[in-house]
Amino acid sequence: MGKHNFDIESYCRITNDKVVVNNELLMQKGESGDWLADIYHHIGMQYPKFFKMDHLCKVGTLAAELVLKDKTFDRETVKADWAVILMNSASSLDDDRQYQETIRDRENYYPSPSIFVYTLANIVTGEIAIRHKIGGESSFYVFEHFDGARMDELVARAFDDNPELNTLLCGWVDYDTDGCDVLLCSFIRKESKESSENIAEYLNQLYKNQ
Amino acid sequence: METTERNHIIYAIGEGVVSPLGFTASTVYEAVRNGERAGRAHEGTFGLPEPFFASLLDEARLKNAFSALWDYGCDGYTKLEMAAILAANQAIEEANIAPDRDNVIFILSTTKGNVELLEDNPYEPERLYLWHTAQMVADFFDNPNTPIVVSNACISGCAAQIEAFRQLRHAGYRYAVVVGADMLSKFIISGFQSFKALSPELCKPFDGSRRGLNLGEGAAALVYTIDDPGTELPAGTLVAEGEAICNDANHISGPSRTGEGLLRAIQKATKGYDTSRTAFINAHGTATPYNDDMESIAIHRAGLQDIPTNSLKGYFGHTLGAAGILEVILSAHALRNGIVLASAGTEEPGTAADIHICLETKPVQGDGFLKLISGFGGSNAVLRFSITK
Repeated sequence: MGKHNFDIESYCRITNDKVVVNNELLMQKGESGDWLADIYHHIGMQYPKFFKMDHLCKVGTLAAELVLKDKTFDRETVKADWAVILMNSASSLDDDRQYQETIRDRENYYPSPSIFVYTLANIVTGEIAIRHKIGGESSFYVFEHFDGARMDELVARAFDDNPELNTLLCGWVDYDTDGCDVLLCSFIRKESKESSENIAEYLNQLYKNQ
Repeated sequence: METTERNHIIYAIGEGVVSPLGFTASTVYEAVRNGERAGRAHEGTFGLPEPFFASLLDEARLKNAFSALWDYGCDGYTKLEMAAILAANQAIEEANIAPDRDNVIFILSTTKGNVELLEDNPYEPERLYLWHTAQMVADFFDNPNTPIVVSNACISGCAAQIEAFRQLRHAGYRYAVVVGADMLSKFIISGFQSFKALSPELCKPFDGSRRGLNLGEGAAALVYTIDDPGTELPAGTLVAEGEAICNDANHISGPSRTGEGLLRAIQKATKGYDTSRTAFINAHGTATPYNDDMESIAIHRAGLQDIPTNSLKGYFGHTLGAAGILEVILSAHALRNGIVLASAGTEEPGTAADIHICLETKPVQGDGFLKLISGFGGSNAVLRFSITK
């Protein structure tokens, strides 16, 4: 409701048992133990770096791949008019717990730089920026729960504040002891006009509809 | 959503610092002005097998200060929570605002929060979550709004101030309390050691023989408010004038070799601005070989190589989530006094591009300064401020 200066171009929802892209069920979890690798193979992604990532970066990278799969854009040049703004609840705690295991005992002490580098929540924004050459803002916020109104506000003011912004990847990318919980959307700028659409409610529906 | 016009002015009305160099912004400024350096060699601290240099907060002093503020004592609060609350309290008192009102929003900048609790957590499991830390701070002041956590690696402190400006412009709040804090632990030190990023001596930002960074503990807070354009401000007020965050899209842990993201952020934050007004640049200057080279390249490419540039890391190390706030506070103090602070630890500047590194504290011209900051995840932020005459 009110004035809108953006449209939702595409969305992707990844939970522990399925992947939904733009209202279509893309896949359901099978028997295999590695759900994120299954998604990677299912969508035919070719990005060996994926296998070095922690869970949070893996699931964020997959979601970004899916929301952008049908978009035509320059994949070679860094784009200053693109931004990536993500949120979650557990920051990088899943990887933090793994890193902690490498330093717990003095006898068994092997702090690993390749695990430590992922102990920052915003690394997932960096991975997505590298993969899709996003040179505008990258930001990471932490809240207890997903909130469609919060996301709507972040998106609206991003387009408002930054006249250069044309494409924004924004969403909830969480990975905790109970697995993954992702709703990522691609937003594009449009001319600001009155609209009766309730975007916050729509985002809440996308999140709830699993 | 109420959107306030961009030409409204946003300025700071309160500041707070908790640092090994002092427990108020002015005492820390005086210490820095006198060239004090808080970094010390530590051996066996946090149960780490290797020694390290860092600036650590004295826990007993922190507890004393907190107990003086809170009748119920320190039980139930972690070191990070106490430092963040103390810094916020100073800023709120100076701003003379009522933090329990719904026109105040709390924003926490932290990279790792209470991560040391992964080793041993006597509290509830939620204490590991950054949103919970922010809630503890907001609850202490009986603030009714859901606090915001900005966790953007090393640029968090500047990103949190940018978030404050946005909350004031767009969300209808009158006051934003921005608090940055990080404490050191086995977790953080061992990680930086595994990266071989720590200096085996006191750090030497922008020096040709720099060998890495020193980490530091600290908390810093600023209260920002918004007013109509043309509002008369007292002399010496810190006014936010420009801001930008840009990603390198290059590497998650290595800075761009060409300074691309930082250059874009500088250009964006200074667009339409007469840079001859810039009295100095307060750089990130971590004293790692790559960071300082990258910054020198970006500053040079932006044509700002003749503007006096410093790093404050030599005084209290890299304070992670507090850095962007603490360094803005001290830069504001310096500019109010018409000076740029020396880059402590720098002897012979030596970076990929030649820039003007301040070896000594000296008088400067101009009413503005730039704060530069870069971090893991490829992010760079630039803030542009002025000080009213």
